[in-house]
Amino acid sequence: MTRGFFRKRPESPAGRLPPGQYDTGSGWPVLTAEATPRIRPEQWSIAVDGLVERPTTWSWDEAHALPRSSYSGDIHCVTTWSKFDVTFSGVSVDELLSAAGPGDDARFALVHSSTGYTTNLPLADLTGGKAWVVWEVDGKPLPTQHGGPARLLVPHLYFWKSAKWVSRIELLAEDQQGFWERNGYHDRGDPWLEQRYQGD
Amino acid sequence: MSLETSWTTGTIIAKDQPSRDVVRLRMHVDDRQRHRPGQHYVIRLRAPDDYTAQRSYSIASDDDDPLVEFLVERLPGGEVSGHLSDVAEVGDVLELRGPIGRWFLWDTRTPALALVGGTGVVPAVAMTRTARRLGRTDLLHVVAVGRDPRSLPYADELARSGATVAFTRHDDGTRPAGAPSVAELAPYAAAAEVAFVCGSPRFAEYAAPLLIEAGVDPTVIRVEQFGATGNAG
Repeated sequence: MTRGFFRKRPESPAGRLPPGQYDTGSGWPVLTAEATPRIRPEQWSIAVDGLVERPTTWSWDEAHALPRSSYSGDIHCVTTWSKFDVTFSGVSVDELLSAAGPGDDARFALVHSSTGYTTNLPLADLTGGKAWVVWEVDGKPLPTQHGGPARLLVPHLYFWKSAKWVSRIELLAEDQQGFWERNGYHDRGDPWLEQRYQGD
Repeated sequence: MSLETSWTTGTIIAKDQPSRDVVRLRMHVDDRQRHRPGQHYVIRLRAPDDYTAQRSYSIASDDDDPLVEFLVERLPGGEVSGHLSDVAEVGDVLELRGPIGRWFLWDTRTPALALVGGTGVVPAVAMTRTARRLGRTDLLHVVAVGRDPRSLPYADELARSGATVAFTRHDDGTRPAGAPSVAELAPYAAAAEVAFVCGSPRFAEYAAPLLIEAGVDPTVIRVEQFGATGNAG
């Protein structure tokens, strides 16, 4: 116990705030490890390759022609803020994967950004309606500093898994660590299990 | 350097207030692990009902220092920074975890340029102190930016160690008031094989493009952001 420290924030609605997190309210902190790139939509594309039957790349227009899918809910950053009730729109990763046809041996994904940023996830965390490639937030184009024109969205994991400026989803048989994971962060990053750092 | 860290405890040995909204804590850390300049600790506060709040703080001290030094900026409504500023005293024991971060750190061998703003100077202070101890100040150049001396902690120490100290609203007699220019950065940009940017998100949005304009390879820029809208609330 810390001498003189008491809870000042009201308790969040039951079961809504993962352990060690706080509600950032209307704020949306920006945390980036590299210089922010300026990518015009017409330059952007998303590829699904690696252990797939049909490596596929979608341009901005081609991705927008796919069935639109949205997520409304909460997001959780490892730096301890959570943001409630955000709506993101784009395309479900399931849609991209079904077009590319994951191979039988594909178990993991390494997600790449155009900056060179990478993050690794079990394939199971990208399927079943749990992950999106998004270009809108609350009805507006996704701002550059939040990963625009398009980012990955995996809201059930800490937000560093939701790679900004996403460009490629590479399917792998073996787990291969990404950028923050090599630098001490957890391989899975479940906020409810408080998997912040290696060893958690 | 171990990749895994676990929670430990630390005792505040010294606390002072270099300027109005800033306190400096020097702590003895139990079971301390070695650190590299640029790394941070997480400090966790625990209430009687087991409610906890935790935030990350960069290390200002060299690994050779018997204590670990942090600089805490008191943020409006800051749950952790407010406690550390107003309530915490010498002798208090806090929960800590670290050192953390293997990206925003200097290996002490690669020629480096650090462009830092406000309380974002902290990792550059650690880099400077380590370079000084190793006798390798030739490998590091720090450009520290602040409104005026009051808003730039460690400005005197950095200036004595050869840093470029740029006050945007203060003429210190050696350099007219103003943001650092491309021409000021260019001589250091050419030699830099790694570049560090640390400050508020707004500072980082300004600093990274400035480095690129001065000739730094964008792929070697490493950014750390914090502040009222960042991770040190």
